[in-house]
Amino acid sequence: MAGVGGGNDFQWCFSQVKGAIDEDVAEADIISTVEFNYSGELLATGDKGGRVVIFQREQESKNRPHSRGEYNVYSTFQSHEPEFDYLKSLEIEEKINKIRWLPQQNAAHFLLSTNDKTIKLWKISERDKRAEGYNLKDEDGRLRDPFRITSLRVPVLMPMDLMVEASPRRIFANAHTYHINSISVNSDHETYLSADDLRINLWHLEITDRSFNIVDIKPANMEELTEVITAAECHPHQCNVFVYSSSKGTIRLCDMRAAALCDRHTKFFEEPEDPSSRSFFSEIISSISDVKFSHSGRYMMTRDYLSVKVWDLNMENRPVETYQVHEYLRSKLCSLYENDCIFDKFECCWNGSDGAIMTGSYNNFFRMFDRNTRKDVTLEASRESSKPRAVLKPRKVCTGGKRKKDEISVDSLDFNKKILHTAWHPKENVIAVAATNNLYIFQDKIN
Amino acid sequence: MECAVDAQSLISISLRKIHNSRTQRGGIKLHKNLLVSYVLRNARQLYMSEKYAEIYRMQQYEEVMTVCNEIQELDPLDLAEDGEGCCISSAGGEPASLCCALHPAASPPTPVQAAPGCAALHGEEACKEQDFYRSCCAEPYPLPSCDFSPPGAHCNKTTVLDLDTHVVTTVENGYLHQDCCAPPQPCCQGAPVLAKKRKADFAYYAEELPDFVQCKKARSDDFPCPTSEQLDSSSISNLISIFGSGFTELVNRQADFEQSLNGQFCSKQVLASLGAWTRAIVAF
Repeated sequence: MAGVGGGNDFQWCFSQVKGAIDEDVAEADIISTVEFNYSGELLATGDKGGRVVIFQREQESKNRPHSRGEYNVYSTFQSHEPEFDYLKSLEIEEKINKIRWLPQQNAAHFLLSTNDKTIKLWKISERDKRAEGYNLKDEDGRLRDPFRITSLRVPVLMPMDLMVEASPRRIFANAHTYHINSISVNSDHETYLSADDLRINLWHLEITDRSFNIVDIKPANMEELTEVITAAECHPHQCNVFVYSSSKGTIRLCDMRAAALCDRHTKFFEEPEDPSSRSFFSEIISSISDVKFSHSGRYMMTRDYLSVKVWDLNMENRPVETYQVHEYLRSKLCSLYENDCIFDKFECCWNGSDGAIMTGSYNNFFRMFDRNTRKDVTLEASRESSKPRAVLKPRKVCTGGKRKKDEISVDSLDFNKKILHTAWHPKENVIAVAATNNLYIFQDKIN
Repeated sequence: MECAVDAQSLISISLRKIHNSRTQRGGIKLHKNLLVSYVLRNARQLYMSEKYAEIYRMQQYEEVMTVCNEIQELDPLDLAEDGEGCCISSAGGEPASLCCALHPAASPPTPVQAAPGCAALHGEEACKEQDFYRSCCAEPYPLPSCDFSPPGAHCNKTTVLDLDTHVVTTVENGYLHQDCCAPPQPCCQGAPVLAKKRKADFAYYAEELPDFVQCKKARSDDFPCPTSEQLDSSSISNLISIFGSGFTELVNRQADFEQSLNGQFCSKQVLASLGAWTRAIVAF
């Protein structure tokens, strides 16, 4: 079993599932991003319909000391609406591509959400008091006739039912010609970057009408285009450093101190291709779909179609660790190309201590790799194993030969059930796994 | 490499994906279409190399049979007919020399250079036998109507919309004709490239797409090459323009090979039609 500091008895248990049980899944309800905030108290999801749902963890109750607090809906709001670009005759999807939380600086919470073209800064604040006893207006808000006022009173703050408000504080628009795939908040807490297929822009959180272009890989002649940017992230501690991955399976680390335009990388990470594994689809499966720095800032992790790789920032010529997620799919690439599954963009995440990594697969499977013990486990997010505190049973895919009991054959995998988005609590062993329109929350069970 | 995968079916699947991407919500996805173009390139490379190999085998077989027949039936009257056919069908190589040696009166066919495209794909030996393709270009093709170019020139007009500057420019891409037979070779002056005006109605291309795929299949099965109406390469290039993927860069490396060897490769009508795809244009 994949353990995280919990020893050999570590096991994952079902905690909660959010979302409709209905078999008919509305496209708008498909979850497109999942993100814990810095403390882990809040968990945000975005969906294809442009909505953001934020869950908050309730305080641990004394009645159930072994079960950590549950996540309940805290706020729901419509972040993005579908738009139409009349100049280019293009429809702009409302799908939320990424959500990134800002570090909390006061009672309110701030997050950035983005669709293909526009980034928005949202303020989520609580209101649990209301002023009553205004002089110029009634309790229901109607203005009072000034001539009828005979005495003055001081309004008093009275408690009210908790109301969570989400309001858009900044809208960062018109800076991206191509589709935004990443946003990342800088460690200076003042700036953030946004990346599309060909460019990366640097923004100041307070300024919406300007952004700095720091990477531009658009060739002078578009016919010469051979790669696009697939993901970008700021370094967790060094505010001058960021990385971006490409569709060619390479990662470039850039230092903003070197030049205003970081077209020339500081470091270039690439693993030489194995010529014996060359196929029609070599370029597709080497395209990186996600890149994440470790919390320590010393490593980074990349996800391509079949594997996850951990890179040491000090070594550019090859990753230090490679984990096969679903190697049994290598012989199925042609079918996966036909049904478009080969273009699925899986994400990956670190746990709080950087000792384990997690990523999704098909059939609602997700995989965890313990970097210390080198053990890995395949788990499933399914309604069948959704009893409270039920321990998740490891799953196994049969790649050939005789199928053992409880194993599932490759041909039986459901490629419509894909787990693209997962998140790990920054401090505890609590994970959120998005399975189409359902959000599963699992936590560890310490024996 | 997946042996069971048919390169031709991959090509048609990829074309269908490109076509469908035009109507997908949210606009054309540059990343996905770029990846599809890579598959298209890989499938095309395998497809062409298989075709060359097959033609080489056919060529070998025909030459052997021709020589055998000649040896068996040495009749002066028959030789006069066979020789011409022999000269036409197997030009440039030894059998042609044999034919022509037997019939000095018959005008020798225009010597054909080694097909440079093959060199990029596989070996020098196979290239020498590509003289077979000369027959494709034996008849000049009607020049495409190109409104703004001088007569005799080959042009492929493409329209470029730069999404950043919102500037629309019309690019006359004379590069394409170099893919076809080089000017010094008389047999291939008619580049089968149509310089149709780019039409605004993209639905037009949608209808043409299946024709193109079928046409390509027909071309691969039976030479000589088809008529120019079937080679709607500029329409395809405009189709490709919609997603703006970098075909050219991927395929130009081969084109460079071909030019550096300074020869002609007539059956690049097949290639040219595929090569037309390489003129990727930014349309978004």
